Amino acid sequence: MTEIMNDQEAAERIAQGVPIMEFEKVCIGFEQHQVLKDITFKVAHGETRIILGPSGGGKSVLMKLANGLLQPDSGDVRILGWSLQKMNQREIFAVRAHIGMVFQESALFDSLNVEDNVAYRLEEEHVDRKEIHERVVEALCFVELEKAIDKFPSELSGGMRRRVSIARAIISKPDLILYDSPTGGLDPITSNTIVELVVKQRDVSHTTSLLITHRLQDAFTMATHRYNQELGHMEKIPDGGIDPSTKFLVLNEGRVVFDGATLELTHTEDPWLKYYIS
Amino acid sequence: MRLASPETYAKSFVAALQEYALLCGRAIGDLFSKPRYLDDIFIQMDSIGVGSLPIVVLTGFFTGCVLALQSATSLKEFGAVNMTGRLVALSMVKELGPVLTGLMVSGRNASGMASELGSMKVSEQIDAMRALGTDPIRKLVTPRIVATVVMLFFLTIISDSCGTAGGGVVAVGLLHLNGHTFFTTAYLTLKMGDVVEGLVKPLFSGFIIATIGCYYGLKTTGGTRGVGKSTTQAVVASSVAIILMDFLVTQLMIGIFGR
Repeated sequence: MTEIMNDQEAAERIAQGVPIMEFEKVCIGFEQHQVLKDITFKVAHGETRIILGPSGGGKSVLMKLANGLLQPDSGDVRILGWSLQKMNQREIFAVRAHIGMVFQESALFDSLNVEDNVAYRLEEEHVDRKEIHERVVEALCFVELEKAIDKFPSELSGGMRRRVSIARAIISKPDLILYDSPTGGLDPITSNTIVELVVKQRDVSHTTSLLITHRLQDAFTMATHRYNQELGHMEKIPDGGIDPSTKFLVLNEGRVVFDGATLELTHTEDPWLKYYIS
Repeated sequence: MRLASPETYAKSFVAALQEYALLCGRAIGDLFSKPRYLDDIFIQMDSIGVGSLPIVVLTGFFTGCVLALQSATSLKEFGAVNMTGRLVALSMVKELGPVLTGLMVSGRNASGMASELGSMKVSEQIDAMRALGTDPIRKLVTPRIVATVVMLFFLTIISDSCGTAGGGVVAVGLLHLNGHTFFTTAYLTLKMGDVVEGLVKPLFSGFIIATIGCYYGLKTTGGTRGVGKSTTQAVVASSVAIILMDFLVTQLMIGIFGR
């Protein structure tokens, strides 16, 4: 499996239009409580899929299933067409090299400084130390946190930790980034900074991503804004435009209640969805 | 609070035993395949071995002192006070050195492992490690097992030596026995079987301390309270397991060496 999940094969599959991620009839439960029921959706290359839904709806569980951190009770989760259920642990670790993840509470290693946290994956891959440092600085510049390179997680604010977590997720240039509530628990200004970083990653690197958020305004900001590389900041898409690569998946009580584009969501006739997005 | 039925309790015990056995199996299996985290092994050796040196030296020394005092009092009644060295050496090398060192290292390091890994678990750092493509068992558990087994072996030798030296100090300084007689009888009484018994025990104790500490750490749930609970459980379980292992190994060694 380690041989088939190499970079060349992954690139070929992306070129053939194989979805980056695919959930097919996925079910999972814990202690007789069904958390996700018959979840089916696909995420195409370059797409940003925003996952919305009330708390306790199974969004974080879905994210962990996407990364193989949890195994479904039934159904299939496929990354670039390769089924995670047919892989052993060692093979799943190889797949994760293609996936970056930003955790809800950042999950930085508190005994390592910012540089070592961001460099973690490259250190594991035995990349040359000089190259590691250059790439860490590049990733930290992307999140505008290069001055904090020597600090420890305990010395950082919540927003800074999320930015370090984003730098750690993007440093290996993954094919897919999973953002688990990156703006959760942050003030509106800091949340906006994080959303801007996600939009920047989307528009500059065109990385496929899955993003959970509880804040509808963040979701719609992502759909209606773009990153202006010349001016170096996020701006509204002119003439009420919508980013075509940003799509939505709404979960309620463990089921998919919406899977589609921004305009389809805003013009929905479903009473619960109307209530939820109002 | 509802009490668990005996059936539920038995099932959860068997499930925990199975999880523990799987963890041990995977951690040992990881020794034979790459990647190997040699840096982490040396860091753990420093933390577990060098870090535990003061308590092991002090415990061993004073145990030897007390042993000499107590045994000399009893031996004097039989006119066999010159056998003090023999009794101290045999007790330290066969029994007290390995067991007390195991218990001391367990108190210090099984708790440390359970709390460190438990904190990582509740703050999602273990999940982050897995998400970054690193197997936490390979990275965190295997180095701790190797480091504890190797370092406990040497710590036990140090403890035995300090205990015998402590006994010698008391014998000469307080009991006014002949130092040469003490150390000669101590040396002559030890046979190959005694030394092997004393050196096999720390290998098992080291494995028990590391695997139980890591097991409770990795199964921690319930925030900071859960970390505290795991830490306590790790120390209690590893201490009991060390004493049980001591009994079984002693029985085995008597069977093999006849003493």
